[in-house]
Amino acid sequence: MKSGYRLTLWLFLAPVLLWLFLLIVIPHLDLLLMSFRGESGVGNPVWTLQNYKNFFTEPIYWRTFVRTALYAVITTLCTFVLALPVSFYIAKLARPRTRGFLTVLLLLPFWVSELVRVYGWMILLRESGVFNYVLLKMGIIHQPVEMLYNDVTMIMGLVYTSMLFMVVPLISVMESLDDSLIEAAYDLEASKFAILRTIIIPHCKPGITSGAIVVFMLALGNYLTPNLMGGKNSLWFTEQIYNQFIASFNWNQGAAFGFLLLVLSSLIIWTGLKVTRQRLGEVAS
Amino acid sequence: MANDLSVRELVRTFGDFTAVDDVTFDVPQGSFFSILGPSGCGKTTLLRMVAGFDEPTSGTIAIRGTDMCGVPPNKRPVNLVFQHLALFPMMNVAENIAFGLKRRGMQSAEISRKTQAILERVDLPGYGDKRINQLSGGQKQRVAIARCLVMEPSVLLLDEPLGALDLKLREQMKVELKKLQAKVGTTFIYITHDQSEALVMSDRIAVMNNGRFEQVGPPRELYSDPHTPFVARFVGENNAWSGTVEEVDTHVRIRTEEGLLFRARSHDAYPAGTRVDLFLRPEALRIEPEGKSLNTFKVTVKTILFDGANSRLLTVTPKNHELLVSLPQNRQFDYIQPGDIITLDWHPDSGLCFEA
Ligand SMILES: Nc1ncnc2c1ncn2[C@@H]1O[C@H](COP(=O)(O)OP(=O)(O)OP(=O)(O)O)[C@@H](O)[C@H]1O
Ligand SMILES: [Mg+2]
Repeated sequence: MKSGYRLTLWLFLAPVLLWLFLLIVIPHLDLLLMSFRGESGVGNPVWTLQNYKNFFTEPIYWRTFVRTALYAVITTLCTFVLALPVSFYIAKLARPRTRGFLTVLLLLPFWVSELVRVYGWMILLRESGVFNYVLLKMGIIHQPVEMLYNDVTMIMGLVYTSMLFMVVPLISVMESLDDSLIEAAYDLEASKFAILRTIIIPHCKPGITSGAIVVFMLALGNYLTPNLMGGKNSLWFTEQIYNQFIASFNWNQGAAFGFLLLVLSSLIIWTGLKVTRQRLGEVAS
Repeated sequence: MANDLSVRELVRTFGDFTAVDDVTFDVPQGSFFSILGPSGCGKTTLLRMVAGFDEPTSGTIAIRGTDMCGVPPNKRPVNLVFQHLALFPMMNVAENIAFGLKRRGMQSAEISRKTQAILERVDLPGYGDKRINQLSGGQKQRVAIARCLVMEPSVLLLDEPLGALDLKLREQMKVELKKLQAKVGTTFIYITHDQSEALVMSDRIAVMNNGRFEQVGPPRELYSDPHTPFVARFVGENNAWSGTVEEVDTHVRIRTEEGLLFRARSHDAYPAGTRVDLFLRPEALRIEPEGKSLNTFKVTVKTILFDGANSRLLTVTPKNHELLVSLPQNRQFDYIQPGDIITLDWHPDSGLCFEA
């Protein structure tokens, strides 16, 4: 009886384990090994830490990383600030039918690929784009303004891409918030801001954290949006990795960067959880 | 005495449904006022308008003489104990109680002093550090009340706060709430659909039905002198009997459908031939009276509903009309068995009739 149960369990687990092993463990192991390989002066492959050293000694690399991480944090904050009222409206104020409609509306941009979405923005924002045309016609500006290829536009693009991943967890935690708690706080002389700070945000903490982790990771690992909307001199760390792999054919260096991205971003998330006194297990449940 | 709350011609409609219909009442300072009514009669709607969560369609609400129109809940000198308490689960007991004081910007030393004091008031000293989910139902109850009382409101509103408790605890909390109110002297407005809660605790009770107040008065008056058939049915237990008025002198003479003739009391003088409902309390019926009067009749005992001091006999008249009769537990009637035929009698003043 017991062994039969075991067998079924393994049977069900097998595809999952296989998938994990083939797609995650093996490539990562390979990359890890690769990141410690290098060439000796005469061109023979050797084990080395040089690839990691490069990151810390070449300012361009770690500065790009710091910049990327900082902008990813800013993106996460902006997404949170925008997603909070949106999800509050959907979860608490909208009528049930409107709620479904609004959720679909939020999902809609994800029907098209990210590439198309970014090009959509470019059509709107470029010098000969829709916004400039309208503003010119209305006489608000007299010369077309370049709205693309700056950091603000890039962050806006990232926020737009990440919105859904913040709104969905927030809606689900907000739905579990009892309305009478909000009313009780209001009755006890709390202002609207105090209610937000003392009741809504503490209640939504797990949702905020899981949303923030996803958005942060997505922004950090995004390649298309920073590349297309951010312009030439705004480097994103994923571009560095791409350049190592594709442009300089230095797979060893690229692998090391990939691992550094993984380790450093995990470190940032770990610090974030420590600062807000949370644990990953609590957030996931 | 000054009125803490004055409500005038208050109306609240939802679409074409009238939830609160032309309600007018005053609550004097320091009194315990209950609003008693069946589920869905508009009690919560009325209370939410007083607390400021809902705007009246028409009519006025004044607290300590100040009109409350357009004043938001956080600016009103009233606090509400919610039907399901609504304690903040992310805070401990002390933080829950301190919540309102903190919003007032009070000094933290003052806050902790007041929090300690109110916890002692509600008999929970030293509970400040407990989490909400570590409390029993009755303790949560008292924390919810303490959280409002610490704000020193002019009026404390309570929306069926005992509804979620089990029977035993409810009995206990009834007495405690009454004692607490006497101790702190705050005006309580208490909503309930349980007539015994209202009768035990209140100075005055308003009986509400379909959005209207049917009668407002002290508990004894509602019980002994109901003004409408609804109040007669809803407050306390009552046997109802339909009949026709035969004759009116000091009392009304009523012939019931099965031909029995009784003398009873009424508020209005009904002409002969009016169809009326006669209401008789179980304890108004005397078993095996001495003497004989017009109101004497015979019934058959069907079952004995033993319930300690509240024991009753379920009896039927020859025409199978059921009547509940109080059975005093002084051993005098221990001989009565199901199937026995007994004689009943009642005083003409204890039966009340209303036009049907
Ligand atoms: N927002 C609303 N929209 C429409 N109808 C409502 C609304 N709120 C309450 N009602 C209706 O008003 C009536 C009174 O509701 P209310 O909540 O005041 O009842 P209640 O007396 O408190 O009942 P209970 O004892 O069950 O709590 C009900 O019939 C209810 O359906
Ligand atoms: Mg209610």
